[in-house]
Amino acid sequence: MNKVKAPSERSLIEQFLDDNVLFLGPDPEIMNDHSVSIPNEKELAAVEAWKDRADEIHLIRNRLQTACNESFDMVEQMGAAPGAKWGDLVSCIFSCQGDLSLASAGGMLLFSVLAQHPQKFILKYWKDDPTVGVREGDIFMHNDARYGNIHNSDQSLSIPVFHDGEIVCIVGTIVHEGENGACEPGGMPGGAESRYDEGLKMSPLKVGENFEFRKDLLTFLQNSVREPKLQLEGMKSKLHACVRIKKRVEEIIRDYGVDAFLATVRGTLTDTEAEVRRRLRTWPDGKVKTNVFGDSTLRENVLFKIRCEVIKRDDELIVDLRGSTPAFLNRANNTVLASMKGMLAQLFLMFVWPDLPRNQAVFAPISLLTDPGSALNCPPEAPNAQSMMTFFPAFTAVQSAVPKLLFAAGFRSTDIISCWYNMITTFVYGGVNQHQEFVGNVCADLNGMGGAARATRDGEHAVAPIFSSMADIGEQELIEEEVPMMKLVPHKIMIDNCGFGKYRGGQGYQQIATHKDTQSWGYMVNTLGAKFPTAYGIFGGYAPGCYPLCKVKGVNVFDVMKDNRELMRFTIEDIMNEQPFPGATYSTHHAGLQFELAEQGELYMITQGGGGGYGDVLERDPADIVKDWGDGNISKRTIEKIYHVIMDYGTGAIDQEGTDQARAAERRARLARARPFKEFAAEWTRAKPPQNLPYYGSWDDPTVLHLGSPDKTCPADAIEPVIMPDPKDVEITALRAELSALKGEA
Amino acid sequence: MSENNAMTELRGVTFDGEKLAITEYLSIDLDKETWHCRRCDQNLGNARGPYKEALVVYEREPSDIHDPVIDPEKYAFTYSPDPEWCRIIEYYCPRCATQIEVEYLPPGHPLTVDDLVLDIDSLKARHAGDPS
Repeated sequence: MNKVKAPSERSLIEQFLDDNVLFLGPDPEIMNDHSVSIPNEKELAAVEAWKDRADEIHLIRNRLQTACNESFDMVEQMGAAPGAKWGDLVSCIFSCQGDLSLASAGGMLLFSVLAQHPQKFILKYWKDDPTVGVREGDIFMHNDARYGNIHNSDQSLSIPVFHDGEIVCIVGTIVHEGENGACEPGGMPGGAESRYDEGLKMSPLKVGENFEFRKDLLTFLQNSVREPKLQLEGMKSKLHACVRIKKRVEEIIRDYGVDAFLATVRGTLTDTEAEVRRRLRTWPDGKVKTNVFGDSTLRENVLFKIRCEVIKRDDELIVDLRGSTPAFLNRANNTVLASMKGMLAQLFLMFVWPDLPRNQAVFAPISLLTDPGSALNCPPEAPNAQSMMTFFPAFTAVQSAVPKLLFAAGFRSTDIISCWYNMITTFVYGGVNQHQEFVGNVCADLNGMGGAARATRDGEHAVAPIFSSMADIGEQELIEEEVPMMKLVPHKIMIDNCGFGKYRGGQGYQQIATHKDTQSWGYMVNTLGAKFPTAYGIFGGYAPGCYPLCKVKGVNVFDVMKDNRELMRFTIEDIMNEQPFPGATYSTHHAGLQFELAEQGELYMITQGGGGGYGDVLERDPADIVKDWGDGNISKRTIEKIYHVIMDYGTGAIDQEGTDQARAAERRARLARARPFKEFAAEWTRAKPPQNLPYYGSWDDPTVLHLGSPDKTCPADAIEPVIMPDPKDVEITALRAELSALKGEA
Repeated sequence: MSENNAMTELRGVTFDGEKLAITEYLSIDLDKETWHCRRCDQNLGNARGPYKEALVVYEREPSDIHDPVIDPEKYAFTYSPDPEWCRIIEYYCPRCATQIEVEYLPPGHPLTVDDLVLDIDSLKARHAGDPS
């Protein structure tokens, strides 16, 4: 039996343990808590003192918002990383307790709800640590997603703001810097097999004092990545942008006093949470279920499930994701729970309540349930460099659920919307550029995702990424000045590339890339959905289709087209079907390509996805079909076989009577081929996943998870780690078996 | 909640006559506690249960909807879902054949029959007296 310790003895032991922590890893108390901190005495007093001065508070809030926007513009103009230039960043103000209260209006909305963790870590562990401390002029940085943020390609920089010797707020900027010295160039290694393949791992770190970077630490950081110039430029631009927000904060304190500032920052959080709860109360109480499936780890095709229940009760929302796929311990497609919360939060910021301030209180009334050890709440040792590959499908699971509660809500500040396309379809590149520098980063084409259809109109083509309302795809000519890549076809809309419906999703573009004049160049692609669509329609609308990677290898198109320009084709469809380059190899693949060196003039081709459709295709206005036909965005097959519209393809005139008859015939055909639910379900439903499917996650029972086969399972509350074999070993084994069989035959 | 506030909270709600619109194609008769098709008014069963059980269902070959963009004779991946991995389940109103829902599922995966379950008592309390 353990001896009960006397109070004095306990205190001594606890003091010893407190003083001798072996490793300050990510703090679960910080990482698992997305609620807003309880206000301290100064904040409470400030709010009380300013409670009747709403007009002035509103003015101060607008000035702070403008300061964040100004800082955002500075980083966008000064930053060297593609992510900085095209808006993959946020500038923000944290409260004196580290809660994110205000963020820039543009850029990466998901940062608004997951940037607070490193600030809280700094306040909890470094502020009173005699070897670190937090003082005027200190500069802190961080990039490890286990301490906050999405993945290690994002770097945050923050500085504390003092007044009368006390911290009144922290100001910060977070940018997708890209390159970070990981096992593949560009900072998002789909090939990472452990956390130690993910490159730079800054826990919250003091990198400077007196507003100057420490040269030794700066050199260490530069020495850790492939682009030392970019590392320096990124740090400098973020620092200057933070200093500008600090200046604006000090101006406000000078004009209104520190209490007014504290009351505004705290009040913004309190008001936002109260407003979200007020809005949720207008939603009907109930439960919505969805299932979403991902078809790849980026290394191999597997079928994994995201199971989702969204439960609305009074003024709170519960998102239950239990029963989803287990984590893959040697694959990059796992997410830290906090990162996924950020992604889900910006669903509400961008698609449900875009009129609310961008801050973490938006998510405070929403709680999450996950299985520890699942890919949505992964163990610390699991790599998470491609966390997007599970939290994007989780986003879609919630996005497809919300309309069923929002449609009958009393208050809405947006239209009902279907599912946005949800994959970062772009090229990550690495190699030696035309200036003889080694570079590695991501093309901003990922920002042109197809928009979803809405209850009142079609989705926009190639409009915005799922995580950011305002982000650009960049200017191809400017990009070609920096890297030897060129897009023979940069952004050409692909025909029929959207979810069909009463209102169709926006369409995505195809990209045909190659390179020249470099001694070494390679590509990566990080996208699911070559076998199973990743985004869906709602209320009877269809999903967009699937998106493979296509390659043309063994040819230098610059050579073969030098005197034969007629060989060029301007769509992936024509290149792959007509195979115009003699002697070349044409192939398709799932779109999880690990870094692969390519020869000059070979083609790599991908397609940005379209948005999900809304409503029954038979209700689509034929006039909208005619417009799509005129724009060259729809095929005759789709017009006739999907929409059942009869039109004159030359003049665009609609045969209304013919269309009415065709649609009536299709309705009769539907009833003739369909069966009553129970009869259909009895024949359709299987007790287990099919034998040939490498299936991960629950099937019918959310407490039992399949581990790649119908018969191998584990309890959801005691998940067994999944370790995948190297795809090359799998291929070698299959080839050996084939060889062995052939030898046997011989 | 004051009467004025109550009206504000309900300003986004649509009523089809006496029935509360729940989705693009579904409404609920709160008095009779029944689901209905918003296009033809077909009764789709007890509002406390799953409306899907009253629908008719069809399994679609994915390439019917997502025509292969590139030649399936030449390539493994064609822009069309792999039918070994993915099937499309279409749910129609049994009377007017409006396509009310679509699910993309692996072959044989249980249908999401209870995709929308509302708290009818709470809904009735909220809308007591409506539409005015």
